[in-house]
Amino acid sequence: MHHVILERWSRGGSWLHHRDPRAKTAALLILLVLIATSHAGFWLLGAAYFAVLVAALAWARLPLGGALARSAIVLPFSLVFAAISLLAGDPARAGALVVRSYLSALAVLVLISTTPLPELLRGLESMGVPRFLLMVVQFLYRYLFVISEEAQHMRAAAVARGGARWRAAAGALAVLFARSYARAENIHQAMLARGFGGHFELLLGSRFGWADAWFLLAAGGGAAAIRFAIERVAR
Amino acid sequence: MTPLIAVHGLRFRYDDGTRALNGVDFQLYPGETVALLGANGSGKTTFVLHLNGLLAGEGEIEVCGMQLSKDTLPRIRQKIGLVFQDSETQLFMPTVLEDVAFGPLNLGLSPAEAVDRAHHALHQTGMAEAARRAPYHLSAGEKKRVAIAGILAMQPEILILDEPTTSLDPPGQRDLVQLLRDLQQAKILVTHDVAFAEALAQRACFFEGGRIVATGSVSELVDRFGWSKIESCAP
Repeated sequence: MHHVILERWSRGGSWLHHRDPRAKTAALLILLVLIATSHAGFWLLGAAYFAVLVAALAWARLPLGGALARSAIVLPFSLVFAAISLLAGDPARAGALVVRSYLSALAVLVLISTTPLPELLRGLESMGVPRFLLMVVQFLYRYLFVISEEAQHMRAAAVARGGARWRAAAGALAVLFARSYARAENIHQAMLARGFGGHFELLLGSRFGWADAWFLLAAGGGAAAIRFAIERVAR
Repeated sequence: MTPLIAVHGLRFRYDDGTRALNGVDFQLYPGETVALLGANGSGKTTFVLHLNGLLAGEGEIEVCGMQLSKDTLPRIRQKIGLVFQDSETQLFMPTVLEDVAFGPLNLGLSPAEAVDRAHHALHQTGMAEAARRAPYHLSAGEKKRVAIAGILAMQPEILILDEPTTSLDPPGQRDLVQLLRDLQQAKILVTHDVAFAEALAQRACFFEGGRIVATGSVSELVDRFGWSKIESCAP
């Protein structure tokens, strides 16, 4: 099974990896609100938050280039809306939109690459996120690997018989979904056979300790302090 | 002697109308190993999927004195350990230890107890050294052993193995025979591998057209149904 690289990153052993997912999620939410609602001195603030997030990645011993590149996955979407703002004669708004979306994606990436998904979902559950929604996320995540693996098998089979052609891709896509569905059902049966009741139990429970409280205070308070300081200078 | 599993008149039809089981009667007694033989599509796998409620047909199934129903299903799944044909289907957690502990955690054991059971099961299957490895990095034989460990960790009274020798090389098959001989549980082996069945099973049932058409020793059924090995097809 080919686990995506984020799954591997999330299993690291840095201090940041060991923080309680609730502390990291709360810090992320504070940062996202601060990014989304800032106006005065936005460019300076954006640069400061970028520096903070890069420092967090380095602290977590994650590959900087890979993380920055993966955060750019949101750009095709935000660039469309930025282009609309640009055409409407508002280049400042267009730029801010791109920067905001990229910083938000980078912040989310810091969270998910320092927290294994089962722990993150458990943290979100204890923060009141509906369990049904989390289950959907859980299975979506699980079956993404299934689809990816089936696609790799099909591609290998096609290449072995003379290469994959674009024209055959549409038919292959239908087969891919049919095969993935069957495979996913088998996996679900295997999970049920071992007593799965719709809830991933964790081997290592998390505990919100003093280090987590300090982390939340420092990350949330620090991000707010940076914004207010920059806004004061900008005014 | 009271049977561990008693099945009477089991019938099942798939959604597409295919009648897969056509009145199966079967008993499994404590300590015995029974091989289920028969052609592809004769109903063997469909039958064993009924035994722990993954499929539901018409008829009566009693496991360890409990009538199979929605209420008894969790306890029955604890009694019956089902090892799937494709080990990949069964291994879905990021590490071997987490995967083997998945079942015990679902049984409501504490993480410490689940880890103890997982380590014990890995030791039983000779995979103790692989506890921290990722399942997708293991060989086919090792995956099969880990899949069996995942079932043993639930401490079932009955083991069902669906085509356990598939994708195993001869040394892997030999190791598997030795491992299964050392396990005390009653076993059902769904297999096409006559040598494997002869090495382990005291009794065999032959499936044809969704029914058990004969019961006897493996060699008797092999002779009667011409279920010969490929070596006997000499020109």
